[in-house]
Formats: sequence, C-alpha cells, structure tokens
Amino acid sequence: MDAKELIARRVACEIRAGMLVNLGIGLPSMVANFVPASLGVFFQAENGVIGLGARPPEGMQDPHLTDAGGGFVSAVPGAASIDSAMSFGLIRGGHLDMTVLGGLQVNQAGQLANWKVPGKMVPGMGGAMDLVTGAARVVVAMQHAAKGQSKIVRDCTLPLTSLRRVDLVVTDLAVIAPTEAGLELRERAPGVSLETILAATGAALIVPAQVPEMQLAP
Amino acid sequence: MKGALKAAAAAEMIPDGASLMIGGFMAVGTPERIIDAIVARGVRDLTVIANDTAMPGHGIGKLITAGLVRRVIASHIGLNPETQAKMIAGEIDCELVPQGTLIERIRAGGMGLGGVLTPTGLGTEVEEGKQVVEVEGKRFLVETPLRADFALIGAWQADYVGNLAYLLTAHNFNPIIALAGATVIAEPEAIVPVGVIPPDLVKTPGVLVDHLIVREI
Repeated sequence: MDAKELIARRVACEIRAGMLVNLGIGLPSMVANFVPASLGVFFQAENGVIGLGARPPEGMQDPHLTDAGGGFVSAVPGAASIDSAMSFGLIRGGHLDMTVLGGLQVNQAGQLANWKVPGKMVPGMGGAMDLVTGAARVVVAMQHAAKGQSKIVRDCTLPLTSLRRVDLVVTDLAVIAPTEAGLELRERAPGVSLETILAATGAALIVPAQVPEMQLAP
Repeated sequence: MKGALKAAAAAEMIPDGASLMIGGFMAVGTPERIIDAIVARGVRDLTVIANDTAMPGHGIGKLITAGLVRRVIASHIGLNPETQAKMIAGEIDCELVPQGTLIERIRAGGMGLGGVLTPTGLGTEVEEGKQVVEVEGKRFLVETPLRADFALIGAWQADYVGNLAYLLTAHNFNPIIALAGATVIAEPEAIVPVGVIPPDLVKTPGVLVDHLIVREI
C-alpha cells in the first residue's frame, strides 16, 4: 500500500454514518474510495452539490456537474444542488460534520497552513479558510514530510489558514491529535517505530504510554 | 416581456473600465458567448469579480489571455497560470478573498446590507487592514459589500419574463450576482415560452434580469 492510500484508508475510519463531509482536492478526495456506501454519507463539493458521486464513465459526463477541482463527477440518489451562498452557509454555519484537507504545515498549536507559499505558489485560498473555520471537525491528511523536511513544525513558516486548532492529523507515519496541551501522538503507521516518528517530526510530541498501530478497517 | 440581444450587442453596452461580476466555477455556469463577444470587441481595463479565473481558453480565462482585465477579485486563481504570472508581473491587481466571504460580500451588496461579519480569516493575512468587532462574545472581521456595473450570468433555461433556472453545479455564483449588478445580462442555454419554467424552479426571478442573450444558430 502506498503512503497516500494508507492515509486515505485511515482517514476513512473517522467518517461515521450519516455525516456530511467535504473532501479537499488531491489526497483527501481519495478518502471517498474507502467509505462504504452503506454508511449513507453525503459528500459535499463546495462548488454546489451535496451527494457527490463517482467519476462517470467515458461519454456520460455532464458539463453541469463537476467537483471543486473542475473534474466531472456524478450525483448519488438524494443529492441536492445548491448555490455558493448556501454551500458556504453549510460550511461556515457549522452544518458540515467534517472536512478533510491537505496540509503544507501544522504547528505545535495544531494550526494549519495550506494555502500559500509566498513568492512561489499564490493560488488563493478558495474555500480552505471557511472550511477550517466552520467545519465541526477538521482532519488534515498529508505526508509527514516533504523534501526531507517535517511538515509538522514548532511554528509555521507559511501563512496560516485559520487560527482554529484542527482536530486530527493523519500522515503516512502517524495519527496526531492536537490538544490544548500540545500535539499528542495517538497511533503509529504499521511497522513504524516510535523513534522513527519522533526523528521525523519537527515539533514536540506528547507520547502516551501506549501508542497502538493504526487500524485501517472501519 | 424582454427582448433578446445578440451577444455582440450585449458586449457593445460594456465600456472600457467597467466592473463585471461573472458567474461560474472553473467555467462551469459561465456565459461563454458574452465573454467571446467582449474579447472580440476588445473592451479594456475591466474589473472582474468572480470565484476564479478558470483556465486559459475557458470562460474568464479568455479575458485574462486577451489582456483585457486590470483588476480581479476572486477566491482562487491557482488553475490559471496566466493570471498568476500577470499578477506577479504587476499587470493585474489581484485581491484574493475566501470563497465564502466573497459570495457573502456580493450577497450583501445585492441585498442592501452594509457588509458581512465573518469569523473566516481572523488572525490570518486576510485580517490585515480590516476592522474586527465583537458580537455576543465572538470576534468577527468586517467585510465590505460588493457591487458591479454588470452581472453576466450563465443559466440553463430562461423565459421572456427573464426568469432563470440552473442545472446542478452550474448554479454557483450566478443566482447571487443577479442581485448585485447594476445591469444584469443572462445567457441561457435555451429561451423557453413563458410558463414552461415552473415557478418553484425559478432561482432568479425575471425582475432582476435586464437582458437575455439569444441563441445564435
């Protein structure tokens, strides 16, 4: 299993029956592949659909039905189409049960930076700031390190997306829960030692007596 | 009853320096024929208020490529490298706004409200230069309302009253900008006889729409 699939499978275990969930572009969007249809979860795409379905077969794409990345999607039975004010009302108003977002950095306080690399990448924040500010639960799904640098850091060098403390960080090495006391190590990826995680992390971790391996089946 | 204009005639109404709110999300729900007519006419120094600038060759991306835009107010320009390059080169002045804040600023402008109080952006770069107020113990950023000279709408069906219906994710900004443009021009995929669109399916009442674009075959 590659790192991204591992992360997506672990995040999928956080999703409960009947939730309304928004998945970010890229790695987070893979999470949907591991959520059983029987859970009755509705996925929201912030461009205006509740009940996002799988990519349609070739030739069956509808130019009026895309996800927030502009890719063709389908809609599940029970889906609703909404305008952007309703879409962000759901997000900001606390009606969204969970958002899963990619990350560039998470700091010691559990705050996320994921929208800008000054001078290099200035795409705009899109819906990220509203999602992190308003969702009932914020899960960050990201690789533990990029180009040999830990993405979990004492202080973010990149601009923050929100002051809000995220609820869970899932990486290819560990599951970390930001708490008032700091970043608490909750789980290890299969076969990954405590020492490996501590060496690969650029911030202090609170390490409980028991740190079990990730369970990947919901 | 409203008459329908050719896209070229609609573009004739738009002067250099005009501000345009344009519907669409990555060009889904964007009025492409009006945009093509604006490019053909070469209207310059435009301000564009929209969710994004699509990608080169699509929707608002065509205005960017043609060098007609001086100012952009959008939430995301990441999929249009030309917008980013022109912003860095100083050719386009770009204000990036969180998506939920942008749509609410437009809604406030269109609905006669003096602004928006939102928690989004507190403590980030978005807060810089803005007023923060406390209401019932919670802090909010004060965001100002937005209006524009024109709202350019992409719709599915219209009738000659100007009522509009939309499909799926092609709603996006369209029903909201219909309130915030001084002149509202709608480009439907089809104009149907009055009465064909059931009242419950009308998302933009015709009273808001000034002009319809005829389908040219």
